[in-house]
Amino acid sequence: MADTVLTINKIKKSYGVNLILNGLSIDVHKGEVIVIIGPSGCGKSTLLRCINALEPIQGGEIRLDGELIDSKSRNLAQIRQKIGMVFQNYELFPHKTVLQNIILAPMKVQKRSKEEATKEAEQLLERVGLLDKRDSYPRQLSGGQKQRVAIVRALSMHPEIMLFDEVTAALDPEMVREVLDTMLELAKNGRTMLIVTHEMNFARAIADRVIFLDGGEIVEEGDPEDFFTHPKTERAQIFLHTFEYESVKHHGNE
Amino acid sequence: MQALVTDLGFDVLFRGTNFTRLLGGMWVTLEISLISVALSIILGILLGVVMTLKNPVTKAICRVYLEIVRIMPQLVLLFIVYYGSARLIGLKFEPEFAAVIVFTFWGTAEMGDLVRGALQSIPIHQYESAYALGMNRSQTYFSIVIPQTIRRLLPLSINLVTRMIKTTPLIVMIEVVEATKVARQIIDANRVASPNAAFGLFFVIFVLYFAVCWPISLLASHLEKKWSN
Repeated sequence: MADTVLTINKIKKSYGVNLILNGLSIDVHKGEVIVIIGPSGCGKSTLLRCINALEPIQGGEIRLDGELIDSKSRNLAQIRQKIGMVFQNYELFPHKTVLQNIILAPMKVQKRSKEEATKEAEQLLERVGLLDKRDSYPRQLSGGQKQRVAIVRALSMHPEIMLFDEVTAALDPEMVREVLDTMLELAKNGRTMLIVTHEMNFARAIADRVIFLDGGEIVEEGDPEDFFTHPKTERAQIFLHTFEYESVKHHGNE
Repeated sequence: MQALVTDLGFDVLFRGTNFTRLLGGMWVTLEISLISVALSIILGILLGVVMTLKNPVTKAICRVYLEIVRIMPQLVLLFIVYYGSARLIGLKFEPEFAAVIVFTFWGTAEMGDLVRGALQSIPIHQYESAYALGMNRSQTYFSIVIPQTIRRLLPLSINLVTRMIKTTPLIVMIEVVEATKVARQIIDANRVASPNAAFGLFFVIFVLYFAVCWPISLLASHLEKKWSN
């Protein structure tokens, strides 16, 4: 496989006595799309938050391009620029317009010129079909639009890897599609992505590799086709079964 | 009845220097409120930041301070500072100075609580999404937290300012010669010639207070509308 971008090595994370992540390891390769699934409370979101050092870890290590990610490290802000993160509740800045939301960090953090940052922001907005919203405020957008802006905002920092934390969980069903399409587009262009989601069909379509997490451990991982059609472990089988419904209709009998 | 309708007591205003005296009284009111408001805002912002600290000692002190201000009538505070301090520590404050101390003591507590509330109302995710974009602590504060805090704070603090201004007639009780005091002096002096002077003078004072507080109130509701999200 191609070169490794992100190495997660035996990390442990706990809140008090609650063990959330129990020594799990993942290697993420350049251009790879990994989807992490699992029941609520299995540690999926915590894992993403640890990668971005929004949560400190109590054991193991996380390295991006060989560089240690540590919540106490001095150059944390620098490493975080290489990691784009999109949250479940968008977290746009409500006092700034769409354009200002996008160009803020490129200008403040990367010291890029306003013209250059604006030009790139407009190109990205055009790609997600929101160029006409550049001067709107977040409160004037729908959930799906906000989430696409949040994705553009993360992309504008030119991250090496993108983390998506249940980005469609707060959306109305009819808005899920537009966000997932945007993500599919990114995957097609070779983005390295780590996605936490409950959308199983989407996971199957976008993933290069599926990781099934339960109880803070990797229970099963592999090719999405194999995983979704023939899950090897019992826990994965039970989990996937919760997404299936048996038909109760009686066809043609009445 | 006839007299009531024809003589509303406005004529007294234009006798001698009465009107300028009244404006002078109003100016004393404004001066005391403006100084107190300015001090309260500066000290209140500092207090508000201190109130967000998790230190139990500062928390307890701030709590006691805030409760005292809320429970004590402003008039009692005025008496304690003006009359009490003269007795207790032999300090005789100018009444205007005592008024500024009490109004600042009050305003700082309320402003501090507003600042604390506004700071704590910024969701933690706002910080996190700024950090996730690679912004450091001070960039996050100056670009994300403080602008949003000010937007939440301004309508509320303007409300406090108008409340402080309209409470100023209280200071007449510690012998400050402000607008209502001047009015009463004028009424007394013209008791015989113009028995209805009270209506005219206090109506003018009402108009003066209205002229000061109404624009501030308008500004507050305008900002509230503009920044609602």
